[in-house]
Amino acid sequence: MGKHSIPIWFFIGSLLTIYGVLILGSGIYGLFVPASNPVAMSHLHIGIWWGAGMFLLGLVYVIRYRPNRKDM
Amino acid sequence: MLAAWFLGGANARLSLNPVDLIIIVLYFALVLGLGFYLRRFTNTGEEFFMAGREMTAWIAGLSFISANLGSLEMMGYAAATYQYGILVGHAYWIGAIPAILFLSLVMMPFYYICKTHSVPGYLKLRYGEGARSLSAISFAVMTILMSGINMYSMAVIMKVILGWDIHFSIWVSSLTVAVYVMAGGLLSAIFNEVLQFFLIWIGCLVIPVVGLIETGGWTGMVHRIQTNFPGQDFIHMWRTTGSFTGNPMGVHWTGIVFGWGLAISFGYWTTDFLVVQRVMAAKDLRSAQLGTVIGAFFKMMVPFIVILPGLLALAVLPFHLVPESQGGLPNVHTYNEALPLMLARYCGPGLLGLGVTALVAGFMSGMAGNVTAFTTVWTYDIYKPFIRKDAADSHYVSMGRWCSLLGVFVSIGTAYLVMNFSSIIVYAQAVFVFFIVPMFGTVILGMLWKRTTPAAGFWGLLAGILTSFALWIWVKMDPNALRHVAFSEHAKDMAENVYRAMWSLIVNVVVTVAVSLFTKPKPEHELKGLVYGLTELAPEGHFPLFRRPITWAAAVAVGFVLLNVLFW
Repeated sequence: MGKHSIPIWFFIGSLLTIYGVLILGSGIYGLFVPASNPVAMSHLHIGIWWGAGMFLLGLVYVIRYRPNRKDM
Repeated sequence: MLAAWFLGGANARLSLNPVDLIIIVLYFALVLGLGFYLRRFTNTGEEFFMAGREMTAWIAGLSFISANLGSLEMMGYAAATYQYGILVGHAYWIGAIPAILFLSLVMMPFYYICKTHSVPGYLKLRYGEGARSLSAISFAVMTILMSGINMYSMAVIMKVILGWDIHFSIWVSSLTVAVYVMAGGLLSAIFNEVLQFFLIWIGCLVIPVVGLIETGGWTGMVHRIQTNFPGQDFIHMWRTTGSFTGNPMGVHWTGIVFGWGLAISFGYWTTDFLVVQRVMAAKDLRSAQLGTVIGAFFKMMVPFIVILPGLLALAVLPFHLVPESQGGLPNVHTYNEALPLMLARYCGPGLLGLGVTALVAGFMSGMAGNVTAFTTVWTYDIYKPFIRKDAADSHYVSMGRWCSLLGVFVSIGTAYLVMNFSSIIVYAQAVFVFFIVPMFGTVILGMLWKRTTPAAGFWGLLAGILTSFALWIWVKMDPNALRHVAFSEHAKDMAENVYRAMWSLIVNVVVTVAVSLFTKPKPEHELKGLVYGLTELAPEGHFPLFRRPITWAAAVAVGFVLLNVLFW
C-alpha cells in the first residue's frame, strides 16, 4: 500500500455522510408524512438523531482524511 | 426485477422502502469499487496474501474482529440469548478475551518474528511437513465447507426475513466477495472489513439504545423479563452455574471455564488462521500486538449489540418465540428471528436499510475472511510445497487470484449441497470446532517448550482430532454416553461441545508430551525465532507506557473482570 493511496477512513467517512443524509432526510420526511404502520417508540424520531449523528461523524472522517491533492 | 428481489416478497417479515434499497445498493457499489481501486497495490505475493504487512494497529485490529463478527453469529447469539439468557455472553467474555490477550502478548511474537504466511506455515517451521500438511489440508477443506454452509444459512434467513430468493442471495453476495477479494487480495478484504465494522456497529446499535429507552433502562428491562418469564433466571452470568440443572443451558462453571474459556476459545482465537491472518498483516510486531488488543476491546463490547437485543426481545416482544422445529406457521416466530424482529420493531425507513446492510456486511466480512485464509493456505501450504515448488512470485499471485474465485465457487457448490442434504451442517460444524481445539495444544507446546519434537507435533494433533471425532460419534450412537463426556445427562448441545473440546485438548497435550519424551527434538539452532527462550524479542522499554501493548491489555483485562463481576 503506497503512501499516495486514499486512506480507508476517507471511504468510510464518505459512506457515513451519504447514509447520514439519506437517513436524516427519511426521518424528516416522516415528521411530515407519518408512516401508516409506525415503529415502536416512533415519537423519538430516532432516524433524525441517528442520521444527523452519522452525517457529522462521516463529515469528520471525510475532512480529517481527505486525500492530499499535492500527493495525488 | 432487481428492485423487486431486494424489496422482498409478500410473506417477508420485514418490508424495505426505496431509501433502504438505495442504502443497500450503495454499499455493494462501494465494496466493489474499493476492490478495483486496491488492485493496483497488490502485485507481489507479499502484497496480495499479506496486504504488504503494512497495516496499522487500528486497521489490523478492526479487521481482526470484523472477520469474526459474521451475521449468522450475530443472529445466532441473539437467538441463543432469547433461549438461554445472558449466560450466552460467556462466548464474548471468558470465551474470547483471555485467549485474545494471550494471542497478543504470548503467541503473536512467534507468529510475527518467523515471518510465516500462515498458521500451518508456522507448524512447518516448528515441526516439519507432517504437522503442516495435516493442519493445512484440514483447514482448507473445513474453511471452504463452513463458508458454503454459512452462505446457505444466510440465504435461508434472508428469504424468511426479507423474502429474497435463495439463489439470488447466494450468487449476488458471494460473487461480490469473489470480485473484491480476487482484485485486491487480503488488502481489499481487510479494508472492506474495516468498513463493515462501522456498518455493523452503527446499524445494530439502534436496538439497544431505543430498547433501553423503551424499557426504562436495565432495571426496567429486568423487571419486564421477570414478569414475562416468571421463575426463570436470564440475567446472571455465573450465579446459576453451580449446578448442571440450575441454568437453562445445562452447564456447570467448570465447563464454562475449562471447556469454553480454555479449550474452544484458545483454539479458535489463537490458531484459526481466518482471524490470525489479519493481525499478522500489521506493519510491525507492536502494531500486531496492539491491533489484537484493540480487537479484544471491541469483542468485549459486542454483547451490547448482540446479547442485549436478545434480552430486550425477552422483555418487549408481545409474543414468545419458539424453537426452529416448531416454526413455519404464519404468525409463529422462531428464536433465530429475535434480532430481525427487534430491527423491525425500532427501525423505520432508512434505519431498516442500514440494519439490513449491517447483516449483509457481517455475512460478507465472514466470507471474505474464509476466502482469503483459504487462498493463502492453499497457495503457500498445499500448492507450493506439493504441486509447484519453484515458480515465480507472479505465478503464486495469479494462483491466489484464481483460487479466490475457485474458493467462492466451491463454497457455492457446498451451499447447494447443503440445500439438499441439510444434515451436513451438523456434521461440518462439529468437525470444524474439534479440529481447531487440538491445534492450540500443538501450537502452544511448540512455542513454549523446546523439547517438543516434530513427531510429537504430528501425533499429538492427530490424536486430538481423532478424540474429537470418537467422542462425537460415541454420543451420536449412544446418547447415554453424554453423562461420561459432559458429566451430566442434562447437558444441552452447547454444554456437550465445551466438554468434548476439553477432552480433545487434554488428549492432544498428553500425547504430545509423551511422544516428545521418547523421540528426538530438533537442534536448538533450528528453533530460533520459533520457541520461547530461543527467540530474541525487541525491548519495549523506550516506548512510553501508553504505547505498549501490555498496558492496554491490562486495561482490557480489568474491564473484563469488572464486567463479569457486574453481571455475576
